[in-house]
Amino acid sequence: MPEAMPHRAPVWDFLFGRLTLDSLPFLKPDLEGRIVLATLVVVVLGGLAILGVVTKKRLWGYLWHEWFTTVDHKRLGIMYMILGTVMLLRGFSDAIMMRAQQAYAFGPQMGYLPPEHYDQIFTAHGAIMIFFVAMAYIVGLMNYVMPLQIGSRDVAFPFLNNLSFWFTFWGAILFMVSLFVGDFSTAGWLGYPPVSELQQGPGVDYYIWGLQLSGVGTLLTGVNFVTTILKMRAPGMTMMKMPVFSWTTLCTSGLIIATFPVLTATLLLLSLDRYLGTHFFTTGFGGNVMMYINLIWVWGHPEVYILILPIFGVYSEIVPTFSGKPLFGYSSMVYATVAIMILSYLVWLHHFFTMGSGADVNSFFSLTTMMISIPTGVKIFNWLFTMYRGRVHFTVPMLWTMGFLFTFTIGGMTGVMLSVAPADFLLHNSLFLIAHFHNVIIGGVVFGVFAAVNYWFPKAFGFRLDESWGKASFWFWLVGFWVAFTPLYIMGLMGVTRRLSHFDNPALQPYFIVAAFGALLIALGILAFIIQIYVSILRRKAYAVGGDPWNGRTLEWSTSSPPPDYNFAFIPNVHARDAWTDMKKHGYRRPLEGFNPIHMPKNTAAGAIIGALSFACCFGLVWYIWWLAAASFVGIVVATIAHTFNYHREFHIPVDEVRAFEHSGNWQAGTQGAGA
Amino acid sequence: MNATVVDTAGVAPTAFLCHEEPPAHNGTLLGFWIYLMSDCFIFASLFACYAVLGTNDAGGPSAAQILDLPGLAVNTALLLLSSVTFGFAMLEMARQRKRAMLAWLAVAGLLAAGFVGLELHEFHHMIEAGAGPDRSAFLSSFFTLVGTHGLHVSVGILWLIVLMVQLGKFGLTEANIRRLRCLSMFWHFLDLVWVGVFSFVYLAGVLR
Amino acid sequence: MSHPTASGHGDDALHVHQGSLRGYLTGFVLAAILTAIPFWLVMGHVFDNRWLTITLVLLLAVVQILVHIVYFLHLDTHSEGGWNMMAFIFTIVLVVIVLGASIWVMYNENSLMMPMSPQYQHSEG
Repeated sequence: MPEAMPHRAPVWDFLFGRLTLDSLPFLKPDLEGRIVLATLVVVVLGGLAILGVVTKKRLWGYLWHEWFTTVDHKRLGIMYMILGTVMLLRGFSDAIMMRAQQAYAFGPQMGYLPPEHYDQIFTAHGAIMIFFVAMAYIVGLMNYVMPLQIGSRDVAFPFLNNLSFWFTFWGAILFMVSLFVGDFSTAGWLGYPPVSELQQGPGVDYYIWGLQLSGVGTLLTGVNFVTTILKMRAPGMTMMKMPVFSWTTLCTSGLIIATFPVLTATLLLLSLDRYLGTHFFTTGFGGNVMMYINLIWVWGHPEVYILILPIFGVYSEIVPTFSGKPLFGYSSMVYATVAIMILSYLVWLHHFFTMGSGADVNSFFSLTTMMISIPTGVKIFNWLFTMYRGRVHFTVPMLWTMGFLFTFTIGGMTGVMLSVAPADFLLHNSLFLIAHFHNVIIGGVVFGVFAAVNYWFPKAFGFRLDESWGKASFWFWLVGFWVAFTPLYIMGLMGVTRRLSHFDNPALQPYFIVAAFGALLIALGILAFIIQIYVSILRRKAYAVGGDPWNGRTLEWSTSSPPPDYNFAFIPNVHARDAWTDMKKHGYRRPLEGFNPIHMPKNTAAGAIIGALSFACCFGLVWYIWWLAAASFVGIVVATIAHTFNYHREFHIPVDEVRAFEHSGNWQAGTQGAGA
Repeated sequence: MNATVVDTAGVAPTAFLCHEEPPAHNGTLLGFWIYLMSDCFIFASLFACYAVLGTNDAGGPSAAQILDLPGLAVNTALLLLSSVTFGFAMLEMARQRKRAMLAWLAVAGLLAAGFVGLELHEFHHMIEAGAGPDRSAFLSSFFTLVGTHGLHVSVGILWLIVLMVQLGKFGLTEANIRRLRCLSMFWHFLDLVWVGVFSFVYLAGVLR
Repeated sequence: MSHPTASGHGDDALHVHQGSLRGYLTGFVLAAILTAIPFWLVMGHVFDNRWLTITLVLLLAVVQILVHIVYFLHLDTHSEGGWNMMAFIFTIVLVVIVLGASIWVMYNENSLMMPMSPQYQHSEG
């Protein structure tokens, strides 16, 4: 199984496993090596610059005590959002590289990316965007907003929350390290065998361990959120009085609990085939490749609903707020969400209609796939009916929502086209499929994340985001998306296959050039977003807001901006849906006296330590550095046991501190003290 | 926001806050139960694999040829007894009888250790006989499913040792009682999964 | 959904459904019987029809799992305000779907796509 080792002393083989100087691509003199070298230089310089600034401003203590060891759901939420944004830049760079190659490589012109490199890029692009951008963003949003919406001080398991973040972070680092040390998988974002079994190098192993590590983090998050919502809602907040975003958090977390173990098991089986020579998915000795396809999509389909359900929740908060009306059809929204959650387990085969299950099986899954579009349709209508006869304010979050309603609906319709099994025999693995899922993920998830960021950023930081740059970002993304993917829809209908780095037919080139131009527009959209953040930070005093800048309807808007660590000086007592609107309607006044000491969980280093040791263990497993894997595994066990001996994980915030904050926190723009 | 609206619904504004902190709802037992439900899905995936691959012996040893049913009976008895004795330990915990509780916990732990030991012995014997996990898909799925269960039991034993030290040192505190209840759920859950294993993997397996 | 208990302490680790000696012993005896029977059916070659034996073994397994759930795990509609039962039912439904549909799908795959060696010869489609 290991590739042929160059001659070197046994001690180096022991210390470094199969890692050799040959494993470092930036040492190679070819074009690929040069690209990696240039990237390495940029990353190292940029990294050193950041480390230099942090050191110069003596921020290490602050970062460690206030952020890395925090158990505060709000700070962890912000860290997830930062991680997602950084990984968005990486995943998007992969996209630009692919668009450039495909716009250029026709006939005798082979382009600048050889197929092995191109394959790594599309694999990394897909895996990063799903696991470290989309998942990171939605977990970040749910983490920040849900406890505030249900009137809680934190999640049920604050330490596990911290641990989950570090597992996700180190999983992402494992992917990033593969750029410079070794190579990455060429087997696509789902790692189908036999390619994923036959590839000898570390690439597939980076993929496996990166996903296993972050997958554990995600599973723990799911358990955490479900327990929080079931046990820690404020008094009076029955399930049917809970905000829809919290309902979608609950259903998403239920899906995570039910589906991520399947991913863990399947990747485990793949790694057993690779490491121990077992025969789960081999083509001989009784293995069955289709079993992998089946299991991975049992995970994969609910995964896309995990991505979209929280975003549906985001829109369900934004539309009523900016229409000045309660959400139309709250109950049907809840039932639709639960229905989607259950039905998402009955459709997975539509990802491999063409792979030999036969007409009976295909028909069943075709029907279930068509059925699952119905509850989503109910949601779309509910949002439209909420806006109907409302006073609609076209703020940036609302613009993103309008973009979503148009874009996602079309994407959903192309999904119904794909659900027709006979049609799928043409469309499967064509560019039509690529266009469809980018349509729903960009139009749904990405637009929703930007809507959510613009909506909740003022709450988290006390100042709003620049509106002009926000609108610019939106228009670049909206137009850019359609320019980038409409050509792919057309080519897909013509039968053009996905994942090709070179084409013989020059008639396709104009389409790819248009698509590349679309990608550039999206790049401008991302740039505008970054500028938006930067400009808003510069102008934060002018853009300062109070606790309730949007005349919100749910409990997070009853806190200051940003909220205190303890969220609420007094836990709310809920009487109705849209609890904050209800409070405002009844003349609620925020008390300024009579505070109690507040019980809070302490920060802890255990998560950061266990996370780092897990990275070391996974790196050792990737490179067959067995001593490192074993030692760090033992370290993980020891650190975990040591953490369980820490029984003193809580402290009290004294009354004076609470009082001081309540008298001075940012409740109303430009004022201090009493108000709101 | 300025709120000049007079209360018209008869709901006094101060009723919107809890002036005393509401009682803390500890979510550990529910959270752990939910984690166990997630563990069901790992086992379900492995059972699905065994269902599909369990007859693919690739010309090597089949289930009927290689699986040791009398040994299985002993193992099953050990695990069931371990489960029951853990239950006895929980009864002693409820009666606050720490020493009796620790004694029963030790018995349960030893029985489980016996289970793991016998299982390792069985695996070793099979590998020596050329029926290791790399021989065929049937054997891969057998070793992985049974091995994953055995790994869970081993983690449970380690957890038990740590918890017994903590109980000895710090006594029957609320936190320790909660941990013991979680371990109890884990312990019984593993015996429950074993029912599936011995029935589907071994007994039905030798007949397929 | 939350309301303080009479004692004013809310839920704590001690107010959880506890077993009883009777309960554990009943569960043990039932489990032992439900284990002995399938072992006897298989090792004693009681029925000629192996599919009948397999079906009975699996049915008895399901019953024994329920015994474990009731007598050892103390699952009822009251634990954790009914949420334990809800989570359990959710899990069972999805596990049945995943297991059942996977077996159905893979059976069809094997029938239609595998080479016609003796190991894989099943009836058409």
